[in-house]
Amino acid sequence: MDNESQYSGYSHKSSHSRSSRKHRDRRERHRSKSRDSSSRGDKSVTIQTPGEPLLDAESTRGDDRDDNWGETTTVVTGTSEHSISNEDLTRVTKDLEESTPLECKRFIGPALGGCLSFFALITPLAFLILPQVLWRDTLDSCRTPCEGLYVSLAFKLLVLLISSWALFLRPPRATLPRFFVFRCLLMVLVFLFVASYWLFYGVRVLGPRERDYRGIVEYAASLVDALLFIQYLALVLLEVRHLQPAFCLKVVRSTDGASKFYRVGHLSIQRAAVWVLDRYYNDFSVYNPAVVNLPKSILSKKMTGFKVYSLDENTTNNSTGQSRAMIAAAARRRDNSHNEYYYEEAEMERRIRKRKARLVVAVEEAFTHIKRLHEDEAAASPKHPREVMDPREAAQAIFAPMARAMQKYLRTTRQQAFHSMESILTHLQFCITHNMTPKAFLERYLTPGPTMQYQQQSGRGRQWTLVSEEPVTSGLRQGLVFSLRRLDFSLVVTVTPLPFLRLGEEFIDPKSHKFVMRLQSETSV
Amino acid sequence: MSFVPGQPVTAVVQRVEIQKLCQGENLILGFSIGGGIDQDPGQNPFSEDKSDKGIYVTRITPGGPAESAGLKMGDKIMQVNGWDMTMVTHDQARKKLTKKREDVVRLLITRKSLEEAVKHSKGSHPSHLPAQTNARTTKDRVVL
Repeated sequence: MDNESQYSGYSHKSSHSRSSRKHRDRRERHRSKSRDSSSRGDKSVTIQTPGEPLLDAESTRGDDRDDNWGETTTVVTGTSEHSISNEDLTRVTKDLEESTPLECKRFIGPALGGCLSFFALITPLAFLILPQVLWRDTLDSCRTPCEGLYVSLAFKLLVLLISSWALFLRPPRATLPRFFVFRCLLMVLVFLFVASYWLFYGVRVLGPRERDYRGIVEYAASLVDALLFIQYLALVLLEVRHLQPAFCLKVVRSTDGASKFYRVGHLSIQRAAVWVLDRYYNDFSVYNPAVVNLPKSILSKKMTGFKVYSLDENTTNNSTGQSRAMIAAAARRRDNSHNEYYYEEAEMERRIRKRKARLVVAVEEAFTHIKRLHEDEAAASPKHPREVMDPREAAQAIFAPMARAMQKYLRTTRQQAFHSMESILTHLQFCITHNMTPKAFLERYLTPGPTMQYQQQSGRGRQWTLVSEEPVTSGLRQGLVFSLRRLDFSLVVTVTPLPFLRLGEEFIDPKSHKFVMRLQSETSV
Repeated sequence: MSFVPGQPVTAVVQRVEIQKLCQGENLILGFSIGGGIDQDPGQNPFSEDKSDKGIYVTRITPGGPAESAGLKMGDKIMQVNGWDMTMVTHDQARKKLTKKREDVVRLLITRKSLEEAVKHSKGSHPSHLPAQTNARTTKDRVVL
């Protein structure tokens, strides 16, 4: 059992009573030479350099020690400084994947739309300006009606501009595998529309040098009206239509069964996929590859059954018969793996609770060692000069006593891959700055949060693959199933329509609420 | 003892005659009644059919006139001195039983064991009804 003394000397080094000497030596070699020890009486603080994970590579597997490891695994002698574990490898490949060069494909759609809308906005002004520039002297002058039209034209253009900026000028959130049908439709519509106006303008106005300027101004005004209506159509198709819920999507993660239900409107499959992924990053707890299936120690006992050797010439006929015989025999054998699973689960839970209790106590104690310095206190106590620290230093000062408990807790709940020491220190500094209690500090570690919490802000984005049997631009309908695949897990989405509700009415007269007492009397005669 | 509303009721009844006892200035019979058409029939522990709103004997005073007359707890009172007790309120039943002018009440009561006894005797001797040795009580079939 652990026989740690509580924070004796706050020394990071001395509290590893359980780990082997070999591990400790290796850890010392990994630790870099620069140490930050503050002089605060007899308390010495040793800090690892930031950037290193809280646990180094070899000690991640310490808790599922398999006693049979020597027989089948190849041993990696990690005496060199450059040993690397499987987790490091996956981390490196993930980093590589995220740092692919910026795809220009992402910006083609918005750029095209931007050009088109700019062209459409400039057109009415061009219609007005060209006659003035080219044949100003032969134009009929029109005063008042034209001025009214100018004002209305200006305001309509302003409204178009502002609403385009508000609605459409946003950075794109996703690139879809196929064309976004509605958006393409609208762009084609706008293009055809403006092109036909230019055509008529060229033939009727520029050609014969039309003199009726008022007609030209009205022509431009009608173009702007029509553009406003097209924008209304765009608003309805792109933003409003899918707001009314029509389908219920069930999203299940394939590795650990985490599931959620969402309501969604009429969307195409690819848009629905983007919608689901938006919510995935907020609602689903982070995928932890270390907490997946039954530990191998339980499952492996099942697998070590008996082997069947076939001595015939042709084995293809008997293969199904053999496997069925094996399965039947294995089922008939008395199998206690459920028992072991039950006890292992109970043991694991007990261990987690114990470590959590230690962690909570350690953090509470650590937080009592610092307090915020108020402005008046600094001036009013000259005879007890205390060293004033900024949040980073304060965090480093109180981190050492809780470091070991935190490390053990993260290792037990298999979260050590998500939290490096640097990130814990940063979070501690954040909590101290905002006057948070120890419980608020621990909230991040006690429950696995949504995936968003663990994302680094990289501009490259995440790569997901949409797997579907139907073409992805078709709309959602009942019984559709598609899945969103990532490297190591996938989300399976099932679509069911929302039920049709038949609402009836029953009128209750407020005076009809009457009550009587239940009588049961007994009279003696 | 269950009945269909509107149809005549058939029951095997026993005649019980109780002499009222003079206690001070009251004449008492020595039992308690419960039930009535204004009461809640679901609370009646003695009735077979929980929608039966008849008058039931709920308690017998030991050593009283009712006990010596042969009245038992759980009996349903069908008639009191000729007055019907199957469709009365609780208060009306009390009044019929406690008339100061009368010092004898003749009740027609029914209970489950009577039905069974008649069935049993009919089964063994189809044409012979049992004769009662008790001078006061006779078993009759009554159609109300």
